[in-house]
Amino acid sequence: MKKEIICAGFGGQGVLTIGRFIAQAGMREGKHVSWLPSYGPEMRGGTANVSAVVSDQPIASPIVSTPDILVALNQPSIDKFGPQIRPGGVLVYDTGMCPKGCDRTDIQIISAPLTELAQEIGSMRVLNMIAIGMVIGRTNVIKYESMEEDLTSYLKDRDPDLLEKNLIAIKKGMELGKA
Amino acid sequence: MSKVLMKGNEAVAKAAINAGCRLYFAYPITPQSELIEYMAKMMPTVGGTFLQAESEVSAINMVYGAAGAGKRVMTTSSSPGISLKAEGMSYIAGAELPCVIINVQRGGPGLGDIQPAQGDYFQATKGGGHGDYHLIVLAPSSVQEFADMASEAFDLADKYRNPVMILADGMLGQMMEPVEFKPAVTEEEMEAMGHQHESWCIHPNQDGDLKHHHEINSLEIDPVVLEKHVNQLYEKYARIEANETRHELHNINDDNEMVVVAFGTASRIVRSAVDELNTEGRNIGLFRPITVWPYPYEELAKCIGPKVKQVYVFELNTGQMVEDVKLAVNGKVPVHFWGRVGGMVFTPEQIKEKLQACF
Repeated sequence: MKKEIICAGFGGQGVLTIGRFIAQAGMREGKHVSWLPSYGPEMRGGTANVSAVVSDQPIASPIVSTPDILVALNQPSIDKFGPQIRPGGVLVYDTGMCPKGCDRTDIQIISAPLTELAQEIGSMRVLNMIAIGMVIGRTNVIKYESMEEDLTSYLKDRDPDLLEKNLIAIKKGMELGKA
Repeated sequence: MSKVLMKGNEAVAKAAINAGCRLYFAYPITPQSELIEYMAKMMPTVGGTFLQAESEVSAINMVYGAAGAGKRVMTTSSSPGISLKAEGMSYIAGAELPCVIINVQRGGPGLGDIQPAQGDYFQATKGGGHGDYHLIVLAPSSVQEFADMASEAFDLADKYRNPVMILADGMLGQMMEPVEFKPAVTEEEMEAMGHQHESWCIHPNQDGDLKHHHEINSLEIDPVVLEKHVNQLYEKYARIEANETRHELHNINDDNEMVVVAFGTASRIVRSAVDELNTEGRNIGLFRPITVWPYPYEELAKCIGPKVKQVYVFELNTGQMVEDVKLAVNGKVPVHFWGRVGGMVFTPEQIKEKLQACF
């Protein structure tokens, strides 16, 4: 199994972090992973994106041109990468930031108002985790347990409240992903 | 030891410290700034010295001095900064001192841009600075290999008393992959390494013994003496060429209809395309030089099997390593080239298209 993922949005929204958590979780599961960010002046206020690959086999190209999964946190990201999603692939997006959405009918589209959901959970910092949960709910790229282990190791002592909110956010995302 | 997810820039910095590097002098430049940041943070924690020089010229000359004292020392930069270090590299090679230089290449010429490129191949392998000299040049293609090359580079530098360059690129510097580190050298091992250098380096034990003091110098005003020195350097380079070539084969066999050659991260993109075509019924082999000086000419020549009709070279430049490939192939079959430049990186689909057009 090889899954190629692109996460894209405005610089500062944390799309690189989404990719990093997915790669980190994949590594925890013993998979081969790579994480390749866009870098440079385009990141300041412009679009930022990351290619992440999770695979059972050693990864040749870390560059993703036809993603199995696109996580889009703004409309320009859907406009740019939406047409490249592999037929049958998955698009996860934030309806609040992507007013036009995506008109493809040959892919699975999962969307939610991530800002509002994050506010309901009680921290804007968990917005990314809802998106990751949506990916976990719909695909087998990584397991919830790997995310839980990873977050627990970072946050258990430093910020147990944020840890709990993160886990709630992932579970909320998984519900949306399964629906 | 378990694996950690790390950027190439940080992984090679950590690996260099593990290899006993305690002196690091550099000037920041994208896309290798995480490397200098890591060194700034970590060097003080191991009792080492991190110094941000006022320029690349200054940094390489600090390396010259520290290498003369027999210490494991490193500097790093990206393309325009490496050009500034070129004079110093020539001096260090002339004075026969061990050190490690990392080039995380970006688009050029001039200031160029900050995206990945391989346009410094000629500079790294054929010269860079003035005079007859060679660096040993290693070209990593993964974060793990980048990290592993840190200790290999220091060992080669010590073995031959010669500067060693790791020729990476912005993609490898910025990319994160799982990496496992070799155990750090112990204090005792570091001390032993230091003693090995006492026969030639400047060290405190020679105080008051001026008859046996060591000179570190690249100036030799007498042409008779300089000719002898340069010829000795070339005998050393011949030993390196005979003993230190490294390469990797992927699907090389007697039935190959084509052999593809690529180095560094570009080779991974090419490998994706080659694998896809092979699953579709082609038989294409991939040759990846790991040392680009010394170049594995003989090893590549052996890969041109009886059924190979052509060789294709892909680089992120306008065609530099292809000249070495042509030397190795020696007119046996046609050698094609395609590359992208300016920081643009080819995709597996584009490589596949180029290869398909050959059949």
